[in-house]
Amino acid sequence: MLFTSYGFVAFLCALFVVYYVVPKKAQWWLLLGASYVFYAFAGLECLAFILVTTVSSYFIARVMDGMRRREEDYLTVNRDKMEKEERKKYKTAAKKRRFLVLIAGLVLNFGILAVLKYTAFALNNVNSVIGLFGGRRISIPELILPLGISFYIFQTMGYLIDVYRQKTEAERNPFRLALFVSFFPQLIQGPISRHSDLAPQLFAPHKFDSRGFGYGIQRILWGYFKKLVIADRVMVAIKFLLNDGAPMSGFYVLLLILIYSIQIYADFTGGIDITIGIAEALGIRLKENFKNPFSSKSTKEYWNRWHITMGTWFTDYVFYPLSVCKPMLKLSKFSRRVFGNNVGKRIPLYTATIVTWFLTGLWHGASWNFIVWGLLNCAVILVSQELEPLYKIFRAKFPRLTGSWGYGKFMAIRTFLLMGLIRSLDCYRNVRMTFSMWWSMISKQNIGRVFRQFGAMISSPEKNTFLGLSLSDCIIVAVSVMTVAIVSSMSAKESVRERLYKKPVLMWSLCGLLFFAIILFGAYGIGYDASQFIYDQF
Amino acid sequence: MKKRIIIAVCALLVIALLFVFFTALVMPKYTDSKQIEGRLIGEYYEEAGGHDVLFVGDCEVYESFVPAILWEKYGISSYVRGSPQQLVWQSYYLLEEMFKYENPKAVVFNVLALKYGEPRDEAMNRMTLDGMKWSSSKRKAIRASMTEGEKLADYMIPILRYHSRITELTWDDFKYVFKKPDRVSDSGYLMNVGVKPTPEYYIGMAGDPLYDYTLPARAMEYLDMMKNLCREKGCELVLVKAPTNSVMYYWYDEWDEQICDYAEKNGLAYYNLIDECDNIGIDWNTDTYDMGAHLNVYGAEKTSAYFGKILSVNHGIADRRGESDIAAKWQERLNAYYARKKEMESKQ
Amino acid sequence: MEKLIEILSSIHPDVDFENTVDLIDDGILDSLDIVTIVTEINDVFDVTIPAEEIVPENFNSAEALFALIEKLDEA
Repeated sequence: MLFTSYGFVAFLCALFVVYYVVPKKAQWWLLLGASYVFYAFAGLECLAFILVTTVSSYFIARVMDGMRRREEDYLTVNRDKMEKEERKKYKTAAKKRRFLVLIAGLVLNFGILAVLKYTAFALNNVNSVIGLFGGRRISIPELILPLGISFYIFQTMGYLIDVYRQKTEAERNPFRLALFVSFFPQLIQGPISRHSDLAPQLFAPHKFDSRGFGYGIQRILWGYFKKLVIADRVMVAIKFLLNDGAPMSGFYVLLLILIYSIQIYADFTGGIDITIGIAEALGIRLKENFKNPFSSKSTKEYWNRWHITMGTWFTDYVFYPLSVCKPMLKLSKFSRRVFGNNVGKRIPLYTATIVTWFLTGLWHGASWNFIVWGLLNCAVILVSQELEPLYKIFRAKFPRLTGSWGYGKFMAIRTFLLMGLIRSLDCYRNVRMTFSMWWSMISKQNIGRVFRQFGAMISSPEKNTFLGLSLSDCIIVAVSVMTVAIVSSMSAKESVRERLYKKPVLMWSLCGLLFFAIILFGAYGIGYDASQFIYDQF
Repeated sequence: MKKRIIIAVCALLVIALLFVFFTALVMPKYTDSKQIEGRLIGEYYEEAGGHDVLFVGDCEVYESFVPAILWEKYGISSYVRGSPQQLVWQSYYLLEEMFKYENPKAVVFNVLALKYGEPRDEAMNRMTLDGMKWSSSKRKAIRASMTEGEKLADYMIPILRYHSRITELTWDDFKYVFKKPDRVSDSGYLMNVGVKPTPEYYIGMAGDPLYDYTLPARAMEYLDMMKNLCREKGCELVLVKAPTNSVMYYWYDEWDEQICDYAEKNGLAYYNLIDECDNIGIDWNTDTYDMGAHLNVYGAEKTSAYFGKILSVNHGIADRRGESDIAAKWQERLNAYYARKKEMESKQ
Repeated sequence: MEKLIEILSSIHPDVDFENTVDLIDDGILDSLDIVTIVTEINDVFDVTIPAEEIVPENFNSAEALFALIEKLDEA
């Protein structure tokens, strides 16, 4: 069930009504049922996979929890008999045992993900190596990729690690864990929640609160507006520019970068707005996943504002453990001795950063495009880290310039374009094609032709389109994008919803306007291709 | 708090009203001369009730049978519920719907549509189905007709289907938001006074050979349902093939045989009027507006005169010209018919 | 404590680490800084800060960080 299908809207309306009618104790059972119904629409075989993750994680967490309890009991009983050193030794050994259990759980689940998602990619690469030596190629099996598997496995593995780290309680009721794993609004595309944040809310009773419910509905509408009016409408232009694998080059590449930035922003943040809005209408607050990413002044800042929950997942569960693990600390000491302090201290840091970004890229998709995408992001971050001293000197020399409004905007636009450029790896078939497209931006001069086409569309709109968009499409998109930009910058200062709540007539008028904008200007239904959320398959 | 509730209720009311308005605004009005056929199905309700003969079927019924002539010549009260490319299941459910409004003596079904066993074209579906009032028959008709990608919700809430027309509205869309345009048909007959002769070499030319001549099982199933429905309602089902001369809409002998067999097996009357063209008096130089695919008004009047006789003689459809109530109504319709004919001829 | 302040200042000379209490929440320290700090602490104090202790509460102020070092040293 896509968020934009009629079935989903009906499902949602029914759920909202039933949710506030059933006894409060049954609410989470209803959510569990709804989540499984939602997931069953993706295919029954997908259910099998989510069940494996749920059941295995349930037991792994319970085993770790049981072990920890026994350790504590043992220590309390034998407290007086044991020396301090002895206790320390016992603890370390016990922790190691629990760690092995955790590893078993992680290997099983990441193994499933790896097999389903990366087999074809890995075999393709193996095949090309074999091909070099003239060997026989391995046939590539066709595996299903269950809906949202990257998201729910990441969320559940976060739970296991948190239980191991004693950051959260192990669930005693398997059905509760099942709901945490499968909570349907965030199943397809995140946000990735932490157990300690989400679980208490899922199982708490929720009384109907008209204000919170209204906020939720507003947020849902806002999400649909971004998704249906902007993202799905500009899809046409992106398809046009990609031209079925023979993409248009030169100035068109810049247009693609711009339009794809708009498209993915509207699509992804719109989807997240719907997700967070649904949860909010159910009385559950999810973590924000975006905070005005396009206002970022640097790549580092951008990644603190874009797909935040994924970023923190990688930081907490990959980057930190990797960079502070024993071998890495040893490596640090060793490299300092060998290469001197300056270079030496960078080596472990760089290793951890590069590995993290490599995995982030791989998580986004099983292709070299995404790996290169991750590594380029990494390179930009590390280079700007190294250049930081220079920036500092620059800022000290020209405090008036660098403190000005215009300079801030310049930085934001620069970051936007740089991220857009790297992101365009999503669009092209392979890395080589992407690089040749980037090069064509400099080498091929066709800006005049592009503007002539645009002019033709303006002067006789009934005959001409621009990038497959009619004049009315362009106007609708332009007005909508401006609306989103204005609302986003307003909400950066103060919640727009809070301000509107004080003026009910204005609030209702705007909601009505938004509703009809979606209904009338949304690119949905027959005549528009149903386009999936870009993050569905990740 | 109380104030907030009042505002909320008022706001929801306004939104509901606007929803109705926008729906009406973006609905196609079918006022463009190329697609006026989209108005045919909806026009039935103004004249519903009191008919002895109902015609259902595709373009061949609404271009070949003129209720006004049937009345004028034989006193037969009839209505043509045809629409472009009306498929068998659509005819069936239209019939089921019409039985709620009247008790006809005979139902005439034009057999050309039996060659289609699958839903075909979304635009044609909408032309036939949008005009129907909401009922269980309509719902079933939609379910039977939907092509891939169509959804029931698109019919229940038409704004979901037509919202994209918002950027291509014409003056007529505003003019006819709540007001209906003038009737386009005369009791379901769509008049065309144009003449485009059938070329000599074209007459009697056969259609391209087909791979399989079996009429689709699904179509025949609905024909069977139609037969049973008529039987249940105590009226006679009459099968007819309108007189045409077209390679494009060719009526194959193999098909004809299957219909003959079916009619015989089930004790139904079947008239293939293609064979009767000479008796009807069709002149392919003057009686068609598109080289033989459809009859113009002159061909249709001749056909109606011929077929009316069959209805009254073979099927005992009564002459009701003596009943003053109904005669008065038909006199009006007859006048309208001739007025339209005169007007269209003058524009020709 | 002084040694700790020294480590911190070497990364961000412009921050007053003795009095700031929201190093993480204010975004003064990012993940790269934190890893550098952890590595330095390992070097100077011979204390390994495990990944699960890398949470805002432990890194928001120099004081909290120092308390963490002492706790880990004792255990």
